[in-house]
Amino acid sequence: MHELSITESVIATVSEHAGDAPVLVLTLEIGALSGVVPDSVRFCFELCAQGTPCQDARLDIIDTPGRARCRDCATDEIELPDAIALCPCGSANLEITGGQQLKIKHLEIGN
Amino acid sequence: MCATCGCSGTGTRVSGEKHHHDHGGHGHGDEGHGDEGHGHGHAEAVATVPSRLIELEQDVLAKNDLLAAGNRDWFTERGILALNLMSSPGAGKTTLLERTIRDVGAELGISVIEGDQETLLDAERIEATGARAVQINTGGGCHLDAEMLQRGLRVLQPPDRSVVMVENVGNLVCPALFDLGERMKVVIISVTEGADKPLKYPQMFRGGGLMVINKVDLVPYVDFDVARCMDYARQVNPGLEVLEVSATRGDGLEAWYSWLRTQRDATRPDTA
Repeated sequence: MHELSITESVIATVSEHAGDAPVLVLTLEIGALSGVVPDSVRFCFELCAQGTPCQDARLDIIDTPGRARCRDCATDEIELPDAIALCPCGSANLEITGGQQLKIKHLEIGN
Repeated sequence: MCATCGCSGTGTRVSGEKHHHDHGGHGHGDEGHGDEGHGHGHAEAVATVPSRLIELEQDVLAKNDLLAAGNRDWFTERGILALNLMSSPGAGKTTLLERTIRDVGAELGISVIEGDQETLLDAERIEATGARAVQINTGGGCHLDAEMLQRGLRVLQPPDRSVVMVENVGNLVCPALFDLGERMKVVIISVTEGADKPLKYPQMFRGGGLMVINKVDLVPYVDFDVARCMDYARQVNPGLEVLEVSATRGDGLEAWYSWLRTQRDATRPDTA
């Protein structure tokens, strides 16, 4: 349940930036290959936001799909639904090019 | 609750640490705790107030990664080889360490940082072999992070040009995300587990540099296909090295020790 510590860390960072202002909307980007489960973050967010500037915030999560380039064939970048997918050529020798993001994108705060 | 490690209640404890802090401030830098302050009721303001957008584009793990980079520099300056050992509970991390220390502990100068939710049991097992060990208890936390390791190192004070083995909390999920500053991640899997673990926990196996398959003396008695496990692991991580060992019977340990020597020499290029 590393989502708990990750969500706590997000809230701590966001609270620093918000100061005394309430956070209205918090937008995170969670890649499909980041190892973090968006639903778990949502669950933890409700618990952890209490008593912080985030407590009434709406949590928006951008799910970024996994992407990779095959090192064995000339196929263009492919979409990876999960970390164990193969290239259509059958190769597992993939360079992951996207979907590992775990980012706080932006926040909208009241005045 | 702590913002860095997610622990609850009693918080993280490092054995031998002189100034034990309780949860009020157990030393995660200056970011403080998520539950301190700013507790106003905002419900009435949300719908109507004009708002302001703050672009952050900040990596959530940036703080941990920064501390990990600090640990990595610290190891490099001192010529210390640090390995992060990870597995599910019961795969044999501590047994492998005990045996390794008895066989080559003095030669390599091995000391250990033990991560567990509770108890000093593993550190006591390591100290019984004659090596130095510091136990980190994460309380409710499911992994070690770079800050905990930094605290552990302050107590352990490993000599220059030695080897620090970090035994992470037994867990194939969470420790994968937290860089500690180690030279390499070593994933241990035992043949009493499923051969499909690398597919079920790809994040862990993708980040590892070496997979050690332990308890191979039990292969005749269990339904574990070693070749299939290796295939699965390399499907997730084509560059993964694999060693087969039995920490209790001694099979394959010479290869493990020579792998350790190679890593040690790479950390101390002048002695290669």
